[in-house]
Amino acid sequence: MTRDTSKREPILTARGLVKRYGRVVALDHTDFDLYPGEILAVIGDNGAGKSTLIKTISGAVVPDEGEIRLEGSPIHFTSPMDAREAGIETVYQNLALSPALSIADNMFMGREIRVPGFFGKYFRKLDRKAMERISREKLNDLGLLTIQNINQAVETLSGGQRQGIAVARAAAFGSKVVIMDEPTAALGVKESRRVLELIKDVKARGLPIVLISHNMPHVFEVADRIHIHRLGRRHAVIDPKDFSMSDAVAIMTGAMEPPENAQAA
Amino acid sequence: MIRKLLMTGSVLATMGAMAAIAPAQAEDITACLITKTDTNPFFVKMKEGATAKADELGITLKSYAGKIDGDHQSQVAAIETCIADGAKGILLTASDTKAIVDSVKQARDAGILVIALDTPLEPIDAADATFATDNFKAGELIGQWAAASLGDAASDAKIALLDLAVSQPSVGVLRDQGFLTGFGIDVKDPNKWGDEDDSRIVGHDVTAGNEEGGRTAMENLLTKDPTINVVYTINEPAAAGAYEALKAVGRENDVLIVSVDGGCPGVQNVQDGIIGATSQQYPLLMASLGIEAIKAWADSGAKPEPTEGKNFFDTGVSLVTDKPAPGVESIDTKEGMDKCWG
Amino acid sequence: MADAQTAKDRDFEKGLDGSSTGVASFDTHSRSLLDQIQHTLHSHPAGVPLIVLLASVAGFGIILGSKFFSPFALTLILQQVAIVGIVGMAQSLVVLTAGIDLSVGAIMVLSSTVMGHFTFRYGLPAGFAVMCGLGCGAFCGFINGTLVSRMKLPPFIVTLGMWQIVLATNFLYSANETIRSQDISEQAPLLQFFGEKINIGGAVFTYGVIGMILLVLLLQYVLNHTSWGRHVYAIGDDPEAAELSGVRVRRTLISVYSLGGLICAFAGWVLIGRLGSVSPTAGQFTNIESITAVVIGGISLFGGRGSILGMMFGALIVGVFSLGLRLIGTDPQWTYLLIGLLIIFAVAIDQWIRKVAS
Repeated sequence: MTRDTSKREPILTARGLVKRYGRVVALDHTDFDLYPGEILAVIGDNGAGKSTLIKTISGAVVPDEGEIRLEGSPIHFTSPMDAREAGIETVYQNLALSPALSIADNMFMGREIRVPGFFGKYFRKLDRKAMERISREKLNDLGLLTIQNINQAVETLSGGQRQGIAVARAAAFGSKVVIMDEPTAALGVKESRRVLELIKDVKARGLPIVLISHNMPHVFEVADRIHIHRLGRRHAVIDPKDFSMSDAVAIMTGAMEPPENAQAA
Repeated sequence: MIRKLLMTGSVLATMGAMAAIAPAQAEDITACLITKTDTNPFFVKMKEGATAKADELGITLKSYAGKIDGDHQSQVAAIETCIADGAKGILLTASDTKAIVDSVKQARDAGILVIALDTPLEPIDAADATFATDNFKAGELIGQWAAASLGDAASDAKIALLDLAVSQPSVGVLRDQGFLTGFGIDVKDPNKWGDEDDSRIVGHDVTAGNEEGGRTAMENLLTKDPTINVVYTINEPAAAGAYEALKAVGRENDVLIVSVDGGCPGVQNVQDGIIGATSQQYPLLMASLGIEAIKAWADSGAKPEPTEGKNFFDTGVSLVTDKPAPGVESIDTKEGMDKCWG
Repeated sequence: MADAQTAKDRDFEKGLDGSSTGVASFDTHSRSLLDQIQHTLHSHPAGVPLIVLLASVAGFGIILGSKFFSPFALTLILQQVAIVGIVGMAQSLVVLTAGIDLSVGAIMVLSSTVMGHFTFRYGLPAGFAVMCGLGCGAFCGFINGTLVSRMKLPPFIVTLGMWQIVLATNFLYSANETIRSQDISEQAPLLQFFGEKINIGGAVFTYGVIGMILLVLLLQYVLNHTSWGRHVYAIGDDPEAAELSGVRVRRTLISVYSLGGLICAFAGWVLIGRLGSVSPTAGQFTNIESITAVVIGGISLFGGRGSILGMMFGALIVGVFSLGLRLIGTDPQWTYLLIGLLIIFAVAIDQWIRKVAS
């Protein structure tokens, strides 16, 4: 696990992002860097602008100013669909699952597979078998074998299982970056543990992850670097190995000045 | 009847001339026309008659209508509006003949002449006057015609009765019971249908007075007894619906359909042999006579008198058929077309 | 769910015998019979109305014997239900997206009026007039859809307004003139196409009934086996989640309402076949009747749950009760009373089934 980021090119960068809502400045010339293969945690107090930051990256919000680059080339997302097509998948806090639909339906929502040939072309018939098979494979990859029936409705699953589906979906289709917004917020201790394992699994498969969380123990457990957001800007980037949780919280709330070397990162 | 028409005609001509000379005088007379709906051609024709007459007499006419047949609230609101508006008279075809009585009383207390058109209120004297078709007579005519046309076969006829609504509004009851009386069937209580025990009656069903209801009701009764050969219908749209149902089972040529109304499509259907006979009523006349009565009331305080021997002013009814039956007076469809409405 | 859908195709033919497959993977050790029923119904939303339908057919069959249980009477129910059944499909699509369409009946009547008057007033070929009528229906639906999805207005309000607007347009345009059956069959028999029928040993199938059945099967396929269908369910379930999952919510909503309008116009054509005539006063209560069929059919008014087949069963239940009670000779008000009870029963069942989620 190398933390010497200076030698590598970041996969996703943002420079000078500005987003205003009327008089409120949600993003004030903020920067952002994500390196290949890492888990970058983003923390910040409520209202610090971290969700706006994440939304600009996932395409849900279009910034007023600034530039975002994916693998060195500038990108201009106008909808989450654009981001998805570019390979950036997001696991939303509310999971963005349709409770009454099946696991397979949810995995392939918005990117269904049609059967090859005549029926697919002219009758737009869905290839349920293929979608079910792939869904099962993807869940198996992440060790979510406890879910046996790929056709059961998502609402019959536990919170942790649902989170598992959302993560599996992102991991299955996110070719470049996976963003996770508060993946453990609504879960119990046991289920949170399971989801943290999942996050590590995804990372082990080489995908960089942006993790937004309020839960310091979880952040410190899985993150390679921590991006601290404050007053609409990147306040500091720290290594969880070098700082304690209370330091991080102090920096986040402004009670402590960030270390010199962490400011530019 | 015709003499009366001529008389009113000449009176009107004089009045029209007067109105032309002194239009300012008449300008403060306002009248209201409140109908069940403004979609049914019957009421459209009624409104036409009232509007023409009101223009002629220099009366300001305001028209109101319920949204659908049976929309009582809209009619109450309309009466209240007319009271507030200071109208001299109201012409009303009530959707709910009993419930409207309170509102009518308010209007009369405010010095407004209330004339029930087409549909009598319950009790009938709740209005100052009623200008209507004798619906019992209308039913009786088609009943007599049907019995006379069948001749001896009338004694083992199979009769389906397609009525208006389960709430048994008086129009429907009068026509139904009139028909049965004309046909020679004991109606028991003449104030309701459905209590008869004559074995010739297959059953009653309701149609809401439209094609859709007519077809469904006919289908239902045919399922009950496929040998039906006489069909009474509340009005001509229901008759047209019933005909479609009969056609669907190939019985359209051996069933006698009778109806009431005399609308132009209905008379046309009599001409084409779809309906055997229909009793024609005259909504235009009702409305124009009503406007005249309001004018008279405003000018002299005179209230219209009912037809002799009846508790309402009978605007007349004629049997329209191209197959006249012995002993039943009728006009042919050509004459019917001249007088039809809608 | 998907399995449930395919299982439902089977239901249509075989009844509920295929229903035990869907929920096998749960920890079933401690579940009571009631729980199992709840889960079964959860995965088979058309189950309840199907059971009620079969039970009511059997019930009336026992009471009335061959008078009711004849090919003629049973197919008559289909004929009487055809209009509501077709309009109910349009209503189902909208309700599945958690909307409601009060303007369906009005759109149907306006479309039929357009077909009739384009033919008779302007002397256009009947085929062209039918196309215009269908286009008119689709356009009304498109307006509904645009207002709902682009302007973000509540469907109830939008369609309440459209109901009045379309109905008034219908009356103004047609001047309340009924076009007589005889004129239509002489000059433009195409308008009465769906009134044509085939007899199979006492059973009478009008083309309208056949059209309805084909449309049910088509929509059942589209809803369960195309992306569009899955998106309709997803939008009704949770529009935000659907949007975030990559469903084009606004476009899909507009297409749902437009298709609904088109189906209503189709119902208008079938209506001409049934009435023989073009009557601008027809269909006054079709919107309520279609919502009744949808609710009794187990489609949730909160969206995302239920099936077209269920709606069809719901419409048939109403048809069976209407004809059955009429043949018994009860006051027609009993029909309304019973249908009212069925509606409340259906919604209560829906709520109970939804508790599986928690």
